[in-house]
Amino acid sequence: MNLSSLLRRHGAMLSLSIASAGMLYLATLLYTVGETLLAGTVLVMAALALWTYSSAKTMALRYLFPGIAAAAVFVVFPMVYTIAIGFTNYSSKNLLDFERARQYLLDETYSAPDARSFSLSLHADGHEFRLRLQDEEDESRRYLSQPLALAKARPLELALSEEKPGQLVLDEALPLKDVIARQAALKPLSLRLPEGDLLRLVSLRKFAPIKPRYTAQADGSLLDGTSGRRLVANFDSGYFETETGEQVQPGFKVNVGFEHYARIFTDAKFSQPFLRIFGWTVAFSGLTVLFAAGLGLLLAVLLNWESLRGRKVYQLLLFLPYAVPGFISILIFKGLFNQNLGEINMILEGLFGIRPAWFSDPLLAKVMLLTVNTWLGFPYMMIVCMGLIKSIPGDLYEASAVAGAGPLTNFFGITLPLILKPLTPLLISSFAFNFNNFVLITLLTGGRPDFLDIAVPAGTTDILVSYTFRMAFQDSGQQFGLASAISTVIFFIVGGITLLQMRYTKIAQTDQR
Amino acid sequence: MAIVLDPSQRWRLLAAHVFLIGLCLLVVFPFLVVLSVSLRPGNFATGSLIPDAISFEHWRYALGLPYQGPDGNLIEPELPVLRWLWNSVKVAGLSALIALLLSTTGAYALARMKFRGRDQVLSGLMLMQMFPAVLALVAIYAIFDRLGSAFPAFGIDSHWSLLLAYSGGIAGHVWTIKGYYDTIPYEVEEAAKVDGATSWQTFRLVLLPMALPILVVVFLLAFIGVLIEYPVASVLLNSDQNLTLAVGTKKFVAEHNFKWGDFAAVAILSGLPITAVFMLAQKWMIAGLTAGGIKG
Repeated sequence: MNLSSLLRRHGAMLSLSIASAGMLYLATLLYTVGETLLAGTVLVMAALALWTYSSAKTMALRYLFPGIAAAAVFVVFPMVYTIAIGFTNYSSKNLLDFERARQYLLDETYSAPDARSFSLSLHADGHEFRLRLQDEEDESRRYLSQPLALAKARPLELALSEEKPGQLVLDEALPLKDVIARQAALKPLSLRLPEGDLLRLVSLRKFAPIKPRYTAQADGSLLDGTSGRRLVANFDSGYFETETGEQVQPGFKVNVGFEHYARIFTDAKFSQPFLRIFGWTVAFSGLTVLFAAGLGLLLAVLLNWESLRGRKVYQLLLFLPYAVPGFISILIFKGLFNQNLGEINMILEGLFGIRPAWFSDPLLAKVMLLTVNTWLGFPYMMIVCMGLIKSIPGDLYEASAVAGAGPLTNFFGITLPLILKPLTPLLISSFAFNFNNFVLITLLTGGRPDFLDIAVPAGTTDILVSYTFRMAFQDSGQQFGLASAISTVIFFIVGGITLLQMRYTKIAQTDQR
Repeated sequence: MAIVLDPSQRWRLLAAHVFLIGLCLLVVFPFLVVLSVSLRPGNFATGSLIPDAISFEHWRYALGLPYQGPDGNLIEPELPVLRWLWNSVKVAGLSALIALLLSTTGAYALARMKFRGRDQVLSGLMLMQMFPAVLALVAIYAIFDRLGSAFPAFGIDSHWSLLLAYSGGIAGHVWTIKGYYDTIPYEVEEAAKVDGATSWQTFRLVLLPMALPILVVVFLLAFIGVLIEYPVASVLLNSDQNLTLAVGTKKFVAEHNFKWGDFAAVAILSGLPITAVFMLAQKWMIAGLTAGGIKG
């Protein structure tokens, strides 16, 4: 048997083993750097993949697995993770895991005020440099490092050796400006004296011994070397605390249960903005659907009118807002509505002598958003309605023409009743889309103008998603936990809308049969 | 239908034309303004729709060429527009390829094979589309922040992380492709199977060549979808050099630094090709629209 036929026979098995070995290596690597959750995910995925591609019973899954796995890891998992974060105090103050926060404190150092210090001089040695440290109290004690490049800023521990007089002839010490130029490379260095003390750079050219600020005690608490205070981890607040309850940064992530939900629904400071924003979100999406569908339907009826000439041209032009990328047309409108420089105010001033403040007046900002969103949304509705109207049998209209009915009677008697059922699920999904129309709000108003009577940063034109975005990534200290809790509430709302939509889809489908 | 023109119909036709022309003007107006603004000298120039003086400084800015400032000196554009365009095209091209790869195979199983849980997978994919990624932004940020601490290449502010984040969004594409497979008669594949072809061979050599048109369309749609994606990219990318067009363009119309003219040129430069491709692909889209598609 030659090599190529051997490969063909066992090639699949071979590549599978290589792939799973690779995944296993990845999982181990992740585990060693402390990413347990991630390592677990990789491991589970690897096991599933191995089973899928080695078992003989999984024909369909072989084709489905890559897609399903990608969707599960990068779409479904983030959703589940969002819900989980909603139960924690994850925020800019409580960013780290407990272990990381503890390690952060243990890595903190201080230099004792009474310790001896050493002055630094740098000496060129070929292309590299030697550090010479001289004890500031005892002129005769000098220490030397090995030559090093000092090109990159990276943490490095170096052993120093005591320099005997006349042992080595060094070049002239470098001038101060060259020492300053290499501060970035000098700062992360730790120099170990032969006696064992660890030195760090404490000023421009002075090294001094440093000690870890906190020492771990047997009971898990940390002892502060500078003040003698004892820090105990409090798993309710997510901070290391002194006996008097003083919290020490950085905090760590802990579970807070339903605290965020209690705040959203019962604490007036948070429930007030939540309810107002929820109200506007519903109004915004409802009115958008109403306007866009109304205009779209009207246009669809007109463009199905056979006596009207030039319908193709109209259709092409009216389709344009749908074809132009949203982020570009929204930003164009942001410029057009600009109070002082925008073309819209220029026209309004020419005609009526007014310059409305589109971005600072809450009502005007809302009017602007609805106008722009109707402009963006009606072509979709137009196309959809045109398709639905085309599927209405023509003899219905013929019969009504014989009976002498006018266009209005036709519309309300035939067209509307017949397309309403198949249109309803599309209207609902359009509502759901606009309920989460983050891009429009963020790019056009950013949620502003803000409420003046509310403590949390929240805008009059914010919808729920843009509100959570601001909470997590903008104004108020990266409150990931609270933002995720609100996102979870949105999940439930969207879930409800989806159920409704599925019901109407079913009704529309059974109606067709 | 027999058409009898009566006088009232003529008036109605006239009214319809007036209304439609008015609406078309409203639709086209923003684009005409942008074209005009992109050719006006200066960022604050106001004037008629047909510019009095034509200047290409904004176009030079958009193309990354130094342009002449008001004091006569040459100014280097500070925002790397072409770089953003390249970033966008790079990420969109790769992730459209990934999406195509993942969804053609998945759709094959869903269209041609019988297995337990098939209907659940299909409705699960449908359901997924109802929950946009913007709802999980915090989690996406947290995941890639952590991933980055283990593998910096996949952390925040890298294109690989963006690529990974996009790679799961295949639900809509699977449905589109499956719908197309369903219209291809099964007999040809059956004949191939009778001749002893394995399921992979039937898929690869028989079905895929017949499905080429839909693969092109899905590729284009996935490409555009990523090109215009804003929320995830805005969270995962932050340094000027790494931004995609959708995130970067915003910087031109910031409240305190309003570069209307430069923005206009950038908008046309980036919007025109995307719109053209979209118009080409929309022929096939329209059929799918009524099946519950949502613009992303």
